[in-house]
Formats: sequence, structure tokens, C-alpha cells
Amino acid sequence: MIILYDFELSAECYAVRLLLGFTGLAHEIRPVDMFPGREQDEAWFRALSPDGTLPVLDDDGLVLTALPAILAHIAARSGGLGRWWPAAARDEIARWFAHAESLADSALRARWIITTGDGHSLPVLQARAHALLRTLDRHVWFAEKSGADWLAAGAHPSLADVAVFPAVALCEEGGISRQDYPAIRRWLDRVRRIPGFHVMSGVFPAGPARADVPFGSQ
Amino acid sequence: MSTTPSAAVLNLWYPISAGEDAKPGQRRSTVLLDQGLNYERGADGGLTVWRATDGATALPVIERYGFIWTSLGTPPAELFPIPEYAESDRFNICAGSIGVNVSAPRAIENFLDMGHFPYVHTGILGEEPHTEVKEYDVEISGERDEVLATRCRFFQPQAALSASEGIEVEYVYRVPHPYVAVLYKSCPAQPSRMDVIAIFCQPMGEEMVRAHLMLSMLDDVNTLTSMRRFQQTIFGQDRPILENQYPKKLPLDPRAETPIRADKSAIAYRRWLSQKGINYGVIPEAA
Repeated sequence: MIILYDFELSAECYAVRLLLGFTGLAHEIRPVDMFPGREQDEAWFRALSPDGTLPVLDDDGLVLTALPAILAHIAARSGGLGRWWPAAARDEIARWFAHAESLADSALRARWIITTGDGHSLPVLQARAHALLRTLDRHVWFAEKSGADWLAAGAHPSLADVAVFPAVALCEEGGISRQDYPAIRRWLDRVRRIPGFHVMSGVFPAGPARADVPFGSQ
Repeated sequence: MSTTPSAAVLNLWYPISAGEDAKPGQRRSTVLLDQGLNYERGADGGLTVWRATDGATALPVIERYGFIWTSLGTPPAELFPIPEYAESDRFNICAGSIGVNVSAPRAIENFLDMGHFPYVHTGILGEEPHTEVKEYDVEISGERDEVLATRCRFFQPQAALSASEGIEVEYVYRVPHPYVAVLYKSCPAQPSRMDVIAIFCQPMGEEMVRAHLMLSMLDDVNTLTSMRRFQQTIFGQDRPILENQYPKKLPLDPRAETPIRADKSAIAYRRWLSQKGINYGVIPEAA
């Protein structure tokens, strides 16, 4: 059974409801009281969605939290993959996913600030960024424990590292210190040492390789 | 340019937050009548509210109906009564505080209007062809200083979450405060009693409000989450309508807009605001 964890006033949740409607895929909706109840911060929900983001799709235990993945999954499950996510247009569609994310960061954030009266100040955005960095730090720490260097599974860095690196590398310009995230700092250094790495203003190259220096003595 | 609020405006109580959102030791800020305010709940549960520009002077504060109320003037000793709130078998809920780009009186007037139900809340609070607003009674109660609309009836496909089929619903509306409306609505679960739904407006600016929604329901079946969701769906449907009204401030001159018979309560509301000397969020009658 497909379960959508949903908040009525969320634009991202609405995108999922739309596609469920278009495809006619059978599903059940579980309302989450995101506002004002902040139910997304409760432990049971964080177990599904570590950053507390909505929507979440649970398809018989396969839990998806990223909107593009949820949409692609619904397209595939409904037998409409070729229509809704044709191979020939994936680059174009990926760009529109990115565009939608930029709009979420601008138009939807403005809408949310007006709607909830919440987050109209820098400290709230910074606190949210710290919460996201904590999740990332924890993820990297556990990955390192299991011998992995990168965000997604595999011996080679993936698009995940590339997509996440810039915002993390530049976050201190937003007044968000990385001081409390040692695992993130090690991961940033690993990305910086990927052959062919380039800097930009505000991002510095890795120091001389010191992978042999034990943690804590740096 | 914003209006300098009259004494009648300054001396009112205003909601600024759901009580449950103010956790001990967390300083929060908001805006009321174009003024920045801070507020904080102490470890003992007591509340302090002060102007962002004046940390030394504490503003009046009370907690009623699940919300925190303050005033920038000299408010009455007590807030308007909602006796039902104290009934022990009711489910009292803060259903959300939602920002809307409109004046507070426009938001109140929309809340009083039944004519839009079939068109804006299609399939829930109304449905074509049941579009008629039947004759109802309106009075300005001098004794209680409020606008009262009674005998309002409307056919609703899904009057509340606890309704299983379309019913003719009876409404009573009270406007006990210039920026507050309280709606009593026959309750599908208990036909002899009424659900209470209130909108408490916090005018942040003349054309920007936070609408605090309060429910006092006779419903022991549905969950808090689903009841909040129902109200937020309804309010979310109203929001674009409210935000597209022009002018955003409510004109008090009876000739400024053309009412129909169904707008009786709105006519009384506008007259009452005029009589009280409310000048904020409205376009006053020319002297």
C-alpha cells in the first residue's frame, strides 16, 4: 500500500497529490500536523524523514523523502514511467526539478513566512540550516564508521556529494559556523581532494594531504 | 503611510500567539498595529509582552481561549465572553495562526458572509444549486456591545468533519470585538448544541493580518490533526479571495460598495465600526 504523509497547505505535498490524481494510483493519505502542531519534529516522523521534511511516501516499507524521487516512483508504479519521466527528457526534467527547488527557496519560503509569521528573521533560517547540518554530520559520521567516504553508497563520489557541497562550503557566509560538525569538515576535505576539484570565491582548496594525521590532533 | 490608530483601536485586546506556541524561556517576536512586540513565557508560566523599542515597560497581557492577548492602550478588564469554551466535554483547539495579506475588517466580513460558500468552499460548506442565503436577523446589541446575526441557515454538503451527509445548517454569528468573529453552528454530532468556531484577527499592519483560528467542538471521533486540517483547508480556500479584494481596507461609507440583501450582517458590522470610531484597516466615512 502506498501511504502519503501529507500536509494540506504544503506546495510540495500538493505536487505529489496532483500526480497521484493524474495517475489514479491507489493510495492512503496520513495527515501530518505540520502547522501549528510541528508534528514533523516528533520522533516517529523523524524516523521516517530525518530532516522532518514533507512529503514522505511509504510504499510497503520503501520510504522516499525527496520530491523528485517520490514523483519518479509514482510514475513508475502507475506504469506511466515512459509518459511522465521519458528517458529522452530526463536532463530537461532534472533542470525543472532544480528550478522548482529554487522557487521553493524563494516564492514558497516567502509564502510560508507570511502564512506562519515564522522565520521572518535570520536567526530562524540559521537555526534551520544548523538542523540540516546536524543531520548531514550524523550521516557522514556513521558512513565513516562503516568505511564509506561519500554521501551515497559506493566507492566513488556521486552527484549527491556534488549537489550538497556548495551550500555547505559556503554556509559560513550565511553566519552558520561549521565548528560543531567535525564529520562534515572531513567530508568537505575529501571532496576538495577529488581530482579536478575547482574552487570558487569563498571556497578554498584542501590543505596538503594529511589523511594520515589522526583525528583530533589537527 | 499608515494610520495613527484611534483610542478605540489602541484600547482593544489583541491576540498575538497561540498560548501553546510560547514555550517557557523562548523569546518570540511579532508585529501588532505596525509595532514590533516581543513576548516571553517565564519558567512559572507567566507571560511578559513588551514593545521591541521599549524593554522597560510591560504591556497588559491575558491568556484566553488558548491565545495570548495584549494591548497597546488601556484595555477593558476582561475580554468578551465565550461561555461554551468552559464546557468540559468540548474539544478546544488552536487550529492555526495564518498570515493573510488583507485588512482585519475584510477578513471578519468574509467570515460573516454565507453567499460565497457554494463558490469558494464547493462541496464542503456549499454547493450549487443551493446558493440562496435565506432571510436572517441582525441586530447591534447595545447591552453586549456586539453585532449579532441569528436564524442564518444554509445547505451544506459537509458542514463539519463529523457530518456524513448534506444538511441544512443553522448559524449564529457574533462580532464581540471589531476584529473578532465567533460562529456558532449546529453540530452534526449533537443536534441540540452548537460547535463554536472563532477567528481572532491580529492586525499586523492595516493590510496585513494574522488570523488566529479557535475551535470549540463537540466531536469525540476526529483527531486534532484532522480537525485542524479541515479548518485550514477552508481557510486556505478563502485566502486568495481575501487577498484579491480591492481596496484591501474596508470602506465604511455605506455608498462605497453595493450590498445585497444577504449582506445585512456586513452592513451592520460596518455601521458598528463607524460608531465605535475604529479607524484602522478601514476607509472611514468622509466627515
